[in-house]
Amino acid sequence: MADESRALTIEDVEASVQQSLARRESRARRSAIFYPIVVLAAVLAVWEAGTRAFGVPAFLLPPPSVIAQSLAAHWSLVLQYSWATSLEILLGYSLSIVVGVPLALAIFLWPPFARSIYPLLVSSQAMPKVAVAPLFIVWFGFGLVPKVLIAFMIAFFPIVIDTAVGLGSIEPEKIYLARSMGFGATATFFKIRLPNALPSIFGGLKIAITLAVVGAVVGEFVGGDKGLGYLLMVANGSMDTPLLFAGLVGLTVLGVGFYLLIEVAESLAVPRHIRGSHGAARESM
Amino acid sequence: MTDLGLARAAARASGAADQDYLRVDNLSKVYATRDGPVRALDQVSLKARRGEFLTILGPSGCGKSTLLMIASGLIPASSGVVFVEGQVVDKPRTDIGIVFQSAVLLEWRTALGNVMLQAEAKKLDHAVAERRARELLASVGLAGFEDKYPHELSGGMRQRVSICRALVHNPRQLLMDEPFGALDALTRDQLVLDLQKLWNETRMTVLFITHSVAEAVFLSDRVVVMTPRPGKIDRVIDIDLPRPRTLAMRETQRFADYNREILDLFLARGVLREH
Repeated sequence: MADESRALTIEDVEASVQQSLARRESRARRSAIFYPIVVLAAVLAVWEAGTRAFGVPAFLLPPPSVIAQSLAAHWSLVLQYSWATSLEILLGYSLSIVVGVPLALAIFLWPPFARSIYPLLVSSQAMPKVAVAPLFIVWFGFGLVPKVLIAFMIAFFPIVIDTAVGLGSIEPEKIYLARSMGFGATATFFKIRLPNALPSIFGGLKIAITLAVVGAVVGEFVGGDKGLGYLLMVANGSMDTPLLFAGLVGLTVLGVGFYLLIEVAESLAVPRHIRGSHGAARESM
Repeated sequence: MTDLGLARAAARASGAADQDYLRVDNLSKVYATRDGPVRALDQVSLKARRGEFLTILGPSGCGKSTLLMIASGLIPASSGVVFVEGQVVDKPRTDIGIVFQSAVLLEWRTALGNVMLQAEAKKLDHAVAERRARELLASVGLAGFEDKYPHELSGGMRQRVSICRALVHNPRQLLMDEPFGALDALTRDQLVLDLQKLWNETRMTVLFITHSVAEAVFLSDRVVVMTPRPGKIDRVIDIDLPRPRTLAMRETQRFADYNREILDLFLARGVLREH
């Protein structure tokens, strides 16, 4: 090949280089979808074959097909409970944003407040929130409120910390620049500081949504009469392991769905190239 | 603050007699640290004429950046006063353009968007400012890059955007803090030429901070050489070379003489050592 190839013009080289890049990229895109599906299918197949071959009883580890049947049989119940849990998650998460972001703002704007609230915040996180759940049942009964509050309590901490850290971490030159250009405090905040903090804020929001799911389920464990967490308890009590797995599938779908929702919001608010460049924020908590 | 009061009175007394655009009077800056006070500037006085290209040249840590920050009103002096057109500088000056060593661009804005930030701050007419911004970007070779984001630009391009941002509102003075310090030698040469061209067109007052002797001699009307820490003024050198200056001029005897004079100063002060 090499000896008979004439000298390629630079345009030919360009075209071939670009083509191979396009090929590589489309291959990468396809494999990003294809590979996980293959792996999942393989895991399910091994699981199915293994449980059948070794005769594992269904109450210990049901094969995927049995879980699917259980899911199909209890479809409307799972759907109804998913909605109940989603509501708790969304309310708890919204509350953690509504409380967390202004709190972070106050921490950033008013150092004495930061100094007085930080020890409280940190110790509130050291306290296991699962342990507070029974107390919330006593205070707020068995309804929606205690679940929402537990989801809120678990979720709001990363929002506060990441927002406060994001607002605080900025090159001093950017602030000098804003002042010399004549921006006031409000304009500096909205034009420079807030956009600068967005990657960090979304980092907190993404962690918080997964924690809100945990919080809602914990609330349902302790005292619920509906929801996927309640379904898990019921299935567990009646040794209906396939139903328990069906509940887990529902929770997983919920968790991934909410996470993706936040990612979509992030992609709308923050350009791709600056996303995650503020990853250092995590270490400072 | 009595210092400031006296200075104000003096300024009123002298009235419009002050011919200098910028006057720095006995400026000192001391930073308090845990290890004791650090002297950044020790009684520095200097004047800049309107339309003058004035360079502060000195080794790292001689307080020249501090001087620029005080002259722009961004940080307060420990003692002494800065006057601009006879007025005491006691708050950030918004009639200037500043260029830092790093480009300090907003990553979420395009090149044009970054330049337009200045226009937004000044509430300039958008269409007029955008035309001016595009012209400026084109004049430093960034035509076609207006819609690129900072991460898509090279270091030299980013600094050019930063210079355009500092110029889009036709500032009274341009202050530059080692603007080319982080760039490679070739890009530096080009940007120095670009800057000279921009200055020739506008003849605005420039306060330029650098530690590059060649850069200082090439660009300036006058070079203020600083001593190492604490920063004092060592010598003020008039650069009497015809304009516009060319790269070839750097090989001339006169250019070399200016270089030599400054290097000798640095050797005498122990900034440089020939072993």
